[in-house]
Amino acid sequence: MTKQVTLSINGISVTVPDGTLIADAAKMAGIDIPVFCHHPKLEPVGMCRMCLVEVGRPMLDRATGQAVIENGQPKIQFMPKLETACTNRVSDGMVVMTTTDKALDGQKGTVEFLLTSHPLDCPVCDKGGECPLQNLTMAFGPGQSRFIYDEKLHLEKQVPLGELIWLDRERCIQCARCIRFQDEVAGEAVLGFDERGRNTQIVSLSTPGFDSVFSGNTTDICPVGALTTADFRFGARPWELKAQASICTQCPVGCNTTLNTRREAKAGGDVVVKRVMPRQNEEVNEIWLCDKGRFAYHYTESKKRLVKPLVRKEEKLARASWDAATKFAAENFTKFKKDFVVLASGRLANEDLFNLKSLADTVGGTAILYSDMGGGDITQLVGVGQGTNIGKMGAGDAILVVASDLYEEAPIWWLRVKQAADRGATLIVANPRETKLDKFAKFVIRYAYGDEAKAVNDLSAKSKISDEFAKAKNAVVFFGNEGLGLNGTSGLASACATLLKETEHIGRPNNGLVGVWPRANDQGAWEVGFQPEPDLEKALKGKAVYIVGADPVGDDPALGKALKGAKFVAVQDILETATTEIADVVFPAQAYTEREGTFTSGERRVQRFYAAVPVKGDAKPDFAITSQIARQMGVILEGSSVSVVFDILASSLDAFTDLTYEKLAETYGQWPIVGRGDLYYGGTTYENTQGLGVQLAPTAQSGKTVTIPKVRKEAALRPKEKELLAVPVNKLYDRGVTVNPAQLLDQRIGEATVTLHPSAAKNLGVEAGATVKLSFEGVNADVVVKIDDTISAGVALVPRSMGIAIREPVVAKVK
Amino acid sequence: MGVFDPVLELGRGLLETLRSFWFEPTVTYQYPEQKREVRPRYRGRHVLKRYENGLEKCIGCSLCAAACPADAIFVEASENTDEKRFSPGERYASTYEINMLRCIYCGFCEDACPTEAIVLGDNYELSFLSRREAVYTKDLLLESVPTADGLTPRKVEPGVFTRSVPEMKDPTD
Repeated sequence: MTKQVTLSINGISVTVPDGTLIADAAKMAGIDIPVFCHHPKLEPVGMCRMCLVEVGRPMLDRATGQAVIENGQPKIQFMPKLETACTNRVSDGMVVMTTTDKALDGQKGTVEFLLTSHPLDCPVCDKGGECPLQNLTMAFGPGQSRFIYDEKLHLEKQVPLGELIWLDRERCIQCARCIRFQDEVAGEAVLGFDERGRNTQIVSLSTPGFDSVFSGNTTDICPVGALTTADFRFGARPWELKAQASICTQCPVGCNTTLNTRREAKAGGDVVVKRVMPRQNEEVNEIWLCDKGRFAYHYTESKKRLVKPLVRKEEKLARASWDAATKFAAENFTKFKKDFVVLASGRLANEDLFNLKSLADTVGGTAILYSDMGGGDITQLVGVGQGTNIGKMGAGDAILVVASDLYEEAPIWWLRVKQAADRGATLIVANPRETKLDKFAKFVIRYAYGDEAKAVNDLSAKSKISDEFAKAKNAVVFFGNEGLGLNGTSGLASACATLLKETEHIGRPNNGLVGVWPRANDQGAWEVGFQPEPDLEKALKGKAVYIVGADPVGDDPALGKALKGAKFVAVQDILETATTEIADVVFPAQAYTEREGTFTSGERRVQRFYAAVPVKGDAKPDFAITSQIARQMGVILEGSSVSVVFDILASSLDAFTDLTYEKLAETYGQWPIVGRGDLYYGGTTYENTQGLGVQLAPTAQSGKTVTIPKVRKEAALRPKEKELLAVPVNKLYDRGVTVNPAQLLDQRIGEATVTLHPSAAKNLGVEAGATVKLSFEGVNADVVVKIDDTISAGVALVPRSMGIAIREPVVAKVK
Repeated sequence: MGVFDPVLELGRGLLETLRSFWFEPTVTYQYPEQKREVRPRYRGRHVLKRYENGLEKCIGCSLCAAACPADAIFVEASENTDEKRFSPGERYASTYEINMLRCIYCGFCEDACPTEAIVLGDNYELSFLSRREAVYTKDLLLESVPTADGLTPRKVEPGVFTRSVPEMKDPTD
């Protein structure tokens, strides 16, 4: 344990760990020292001089080195000038005075100086109302300025740094929080200062501008309105917004978010989500949120939302009542009982999946998870132990990332893994091509696509890397599905689990396996018993299919063909998709913003989300629709209270034993303190008051011995001459139904691409940016060529969810 | 007391009536034909003011709505462009509504307004046939344009309006 130091701040005795900054120590004691540039997650710089305080230290006798005692007390020697609380670390016996006339005078002077060139934009500024500069001016500033208003520096207003973030250089107070966030936390130095003195300006150093998926966080920590998001521009005043806790649905990290809502005339008088803000959970997303989570929420308000049940009558979908629609579906499901198939995706909440699984089990149908990634059964066995916090991993620990580009798939995990590496953890990145994480890795393993499991198995053999992994105090493995299909990922998960078991890195906190799933609640689907199906086409053909929260027709024409041969197709979704077009009956479901429920994150943390906006049309929550259909089939499932469904779920699944909604809503004190009245300290991130969630314990943690299932590897594909091995890779901003409706991200989504090795491109006679024809079984698409010299010459990388149906590696032709 | 006393009293009263009828000035206004002028600081129905060039003073900051003790005001802002300009700054009120049934005419909105855009005028003739009619929209609240070319929105030369908020003089009253 670190040494504890006792000091006195404003007469209050405070005991904090050695090395704490005075500003943080004061915060821990409940004393607020005003700051602008200081942020508890960033290294100190002392740029703004706002935190000036009087600091005294015990006087030492030069001869003896002992403290000088005066009147029985150690004599305190105060420095002649004020010191910054954000750069000075505490020491034993220190005396800090933050509210003396001298200190207040210094703080007042600093505010006066900061305001010499700050425009009076507050009435139109998006930060106005939650602005640290506004608040601290009111609290510490002078009533009047001695500077002349006309001498204010005038610059061009609102310049876009990128298409997501706008900069107002007049408002900037040069605290460099944004630059430091990008350098230190995100590890992407895309912002910098230009010019000097009064003309100092923030500039973007990248093309395209502000090229980082963490850019939105800089608007949270900006203490003025210099950085604002294009999405929320003039959206509302902060005090008009209501806040409701939610969970991000874009990736398996399960970031805690707060949805800010407001009634809006532009939306026809509806209450709508105006912005998504991070909500503190130090074990999941700390106080950060990636841009996808922040800006891609628009799909819930898409014009394509389904609002009424539809039933096919004379070849056309016509509106119907809930009773008629569910009865129609139930009759057909009963008629084709033997062929009843539930196809659901990880977009659904735990409760929805549980009801669906119960229905399938009771009537003897099959429940299939709509996913190309396997290994969820293995993460249940050897997943990360209860109490895992990557934010606590550091020197002596090891993290292995295999077959996953975390930056594109789960940005906040990327951020936390990168920071763990910064703290000294051994980061091993195994990927066939260069990813952004390589820069921070101690070891980089390159293997050929198809050799993922082998690369992991090789870590069992003696080598420098395997030694370091085996000797690590704690070790976590992230496995993804880059270049892999269902069989490949199952095999990889098995290999990773075997490695973890052999090195005894299972069943403890900060040890185990994490799946980088394509969807937010894939892990939850595995928990309730859903499993993906290797031959989905065969599984759907000639069946009565109940598709929930998935768009197989839009994703893959081959599945569309299989579904056309189905006996009956019922689709339940929030949006109109290609699948709803071929459906016999369509049920409108509620989006996650409109209802309650829980998700299970990739780290197996069960977290609650809450209803923030009113329901669209006649939509119902998925679990209730399933219950209504089930009732018509003679199966009784809970359909009115989501917490009761969760109680039933908890009592029937071992991992969820004793969990209740109340337990998931519990919170405890977190450091740093954010989101209260003192927005200048941690930024505008919301404080977590509605639940930190509970992590499930993997089987390995219960003391049972686990046997890792072995997966038989399929024969590797061998492309012939003039053919390439097309492998699927993941892209953060894709054309998936939950991202596409966000117009702001359109530029980042871009076009469908194929990435080739320079020599492969040369053979084809094409250059970067050229359009080529990519063809493989059933697919013929025009794609734009990208060049990457870190991949092998025989492969072509094809992004998933960009309009090209690629589920696993295939042999393809490029012309 | 004589028999004629009541008659006498009645006559005296009638005389007083006739005196005031003939010799005193009238105080009754023949409303609605004749309207009484209000005091300079009278707080009647709100008016959204324009600058001399016709551009709207309101910047959609919503401070009036924040100050309103009766929660009668609803503002929604949008961004100006040089192609479609409503106000001189970056931002204008795309929706501005006051529910006159809720309003208590306290004038706090006027005090809160940083651009002196909202002013309580001299109009006290507010009557509605339905609750919905009592919600005054921006079109009803905006003052009429002084000249025909002062209509908003309008197209303006780029580079003329470059500030977020138009610079204000100190208030005079």
